[in-house]
Amino acid sequence: MYSGFVKAVAATAVASSLFSAQMSVASEVNIYSYRQEFLIRPLLDAFQDSTGIKVNVVSANSGLLERLENEGRNTPADILLTSDIGPLFDAKTRDLIVSFDSATIKANVPAQYRDEDSTWVGLTARSRIIYASKDRVAEGEIKQYEDLADPKWAGRICTRSGKHSYNLSLIGSMIEYHGMEETENWLAALKQNLARKPQGNDRSQVKAISEGQCDLALGNTYYFGAMITNESEPEQKEWANSVNIVFPNQQDRGAHMNISGAAITRYAPNPSEALQLLEFLTSQEAQRIYAEVNFEFPVRPGVQRSELINEYMSDFIADDISLTRIAARRTDASKMVDRVGFDN
Amino acid sequence: MLTHITTIERANRLPNGWTTTGWIVAILVMLPILAVVWLAFNPVENIWPHLISSVLPVYISTTLALLAGVGVLSAVLGVSSAWLVTLCRFPGRALFEWALLLPFAIPAYVIAYIYTDLLEYAGPVQSALRELFGWKSARDYDFPEIRSLGGAILMLSLVLYPYVYLLARSSFLEQSVNIRDASRTLGCTPMQSFFRISLPIARPSIAVGLALVSMETLNDFGTVNFFAVKSLSAGIYDTWLNMSNIGAAAQIATLMMMFVVLLIWLERLGRAKAKQFNSADRFKRIDRYQLKGIWAVLAFAACALPLIFGFVIPVIELISMAMKHLDQFTDSRFLSQASNSFLLSSGAALLTACLALTLAYSQRLNPHLKSLGVAAKLAHLGYALPGAVLAIGVIIPFAAFDNGLDSWMRDNFGISTGLILSGTPFAILFAYSVRFLAVSSGSIEASLAKITPSMDMASRSLGANSLSTLRRVHLPLIRGGLLTALLVVFVDCMKELPATLILRPFNFDTLATGVYQFASDEKLAASAPGALLIVLVGVIPVILLSRTITATRSAN
Repeated sequence: MYSGFVKAVAATAVASSLFSAQMSVASEVNIYSYRQEFLIRPLLDAFQDSTGIKVNVVSANSGLLERLENEGRNTPADILLTSDIGPLFDAKTRDLIVSFDSATIKANVPAQYRDEDSTWVGLTARSRIIYASKDRVAEGEIKQYEDLADPKWAGRICTRSGKHSYNLSLIGSMIEYHGMEETENWLAALKQNLARKPQGNDRSQVKAISEGQCDLALGNTYYFGAMITNESEPEQKEWANSVNIVFPNQQDRGAHMNISGAAITRYAPNPSEALQLLEFLTSQEAQRIYAEVNFEFPVRPGVQRSELINEYMSDFIADDISLTRIAARRTDASKMVDRVGFDN
Repeated sequence: MLTHITTIERANRLPNGWTTTGWIVAILVMLPILAVVWLAFNPVENIWPHLISSVLPVYISTTLALLAGVGVLSAVLGVSSAWLVTLCRFPGRALFEWALLLPFAIPAYVIAYIYTDLLEYAGPVQSALRELFGWKSARDYDFPEIRSLGGAILMLSLVLYPYVYLLARSSFLEQSVNIRDASRTLGCTPMQSFFRISLPIARPSIAVGLALVSMETLNDFGTVNFFAVKSLSAGIYDTWLNMSNIGAAAQIATLMMMFVVLLIWLERLGRAKAKQFNSADRFKRIDRYQLKGIWAVLAFAACALPLIFGFVIPVIELISMAMKHLDQFTDSRFLSQASNSFLLSSGAALLTACLALTLAYSQRLNPHLKSLGVAAKLAHLGYALPGAVLAIGVIIPFAAFDNGLDSWMRDNFGISTGLILSGTPFAILFAYSVRFLAVSSGSIEASLAKITPSMDMASRSLGANSLSTLRRVHLPLIRGGLLTALLVVFVDCMKELPATLILRPFNFDTLATGVYQFASDEKLAASAPGALLIVLVGVIPVILLSRTITATRSAN
């Protein structure tokens, strides 16, 4: 039995090394992705069809940076794809990604949505907005993030965990604008206004509004599109129809923005294919598909937004603060959430 | 029947290759655990002042409450139902005997999603109540929140009690009928006989079951995260991902493992150093107590409730959701997910059993080597680590080996071997084995321990060496325990998610990662076909398992 085990291990090891040897022959590009694969697959297929370069993906919700770091110069990964600025910032700090030199990307993506050292580029943008009940919140009654701390909203606000990267990034931007102390007071007051313990994702907050549990919720813009077009679960259309969309801080700095983005790894075995894919992802065609599939905003100016987005969301002022500054505040924001007991 | 273990020691104090083999296996399995401990020495910043002054008390009290709740509830559900089906006669007994294991096939994250769907405001239960009583909104009535500590305890207990049931039942089956008969002759009621005889004798088995339940509870992140319950594993993820401090996260994980060691040590301290060997009367027929009237009804309810809530309701729900997505069953990706799951789980079940057997047998041959025994126990701790942390623990030694070999080959032969182990299905197999070694060992060690050392001595004196004694004497005798180990690990691997996500090769999905892809976006219905298949594939080994155990008592 024991020798059988040794043989089995040896066979697996040989088989898997053949498997990895085979992988590096054809023209291809390999992605470590923090985004769910089904959200990006239509784009990758389009790239594969037009260039003949095969795109391979591993997607996970954690641990990919560590995998990349430990694999070192032998890593098969060419591209790191993320659904948030956080991991891109970390990857740059830990020297896992390198600058790319591309006039195309510089021309396609405004400076606000790419790294000043060109180590990462945003691919889609989303805004963290306030969803307000149509029935119970008058138009114009809430105008800015700061107002969420107003005691008049006591017991009327819902949100997902304060520890979620989307909320940490919003808190990070508050810290950048108002400083630590003022932001902590704001967060503690907002905690007092919560209708329930933070839970679920952004979609379930809108649902909670439609069910009368709360009147205001924080959420990303694209969830609205996903709900209002949901044919397989039509009750989600009702949830979406029960809320108004409020872009906060239109009178001053604009609504808080975040990106999904990508970077090329330091030891990418296929750097030119990787750059080709990044350039493709910022192209007119890809930006349009990307925006259609997940109802996000294209980062490239002049690309037509999803028709649906145009129908429900007017043009708005987006906060153009550096995303690096916000990402650098993540640990501060996370500790602040602990201190005010936001999730308790 | 109770013998003190010293004879086996004298018989086997001979030099043998099993010492080395045992050590190699123990160290291999400990590598990921050591990697996590190593990480703990390199934190980005000292997180403890912050944790202690803010959320640590919450993490600890929540974790203790979760452990206590799940422990007590699974013990009550598992032990009482096991005793009832083994030693009593009441309507439905034969069905419950195997069906009570079924909830084990359902992943905790799936049952959590399903009950949230059923019990939340818009779900059928609350809607019906509103309809019935004319309530208008959430403000008109109180309904217990399923996404809570209590909810998490309930969900975890419903799918974890089968561990306790499994071990308690086989212990009740193996107990000497004579001892119970004697207690009855001396005037014990069935209830007294249970508390004074059956339960104390079954205690070691129940403790093993509860240890598995506790470690599974500690490592769970999917359910507690979904229910917004702040346990230590939530703290680990938060420190790692939101504060970019994997070293401090590893410190919390290391403390968690030390806590498990403490728990296990305490339990052993409370138990005498006695060993049980085969009872001579295991082929004697069990005379079951005939339950009548209200007692039969209560017994029926005690067995029916965990089965209904842990299996019947979730499966009906899954089927009704899967009906909306029938097209997925014919999708080619779905087939490859199913075959990946099946191959990985069977491979891991085999590998884990081999590792567990090697460890158990080398300890049996070297009982004087206490250090090997300790190493073997420490090798079980992988089960207490959250899956994602374990995955990092696998990545570190694998990548170090690959890169070391690659550098050496480049320096000496000018060729690059690249990554040989990292990012391959073997990395997942290894992670599964480390994670579920505790489960496999529990069953294999227990059945090996029941073989009296005189068997070894007889075989050796007849000229067989240790390997052929293992093959010709022990393996046939522990067949049941071995099969149990294989089947339980198989089902556990089918459900495994977090380590698979991180370690998998490119373009590689299992049923669990497929389910996660949709479920993480709260698209529950779209994930139902995959979840249903995980359950269905898991049900087959669960039924086999039940037959195996019943077969150990051949009179049945």
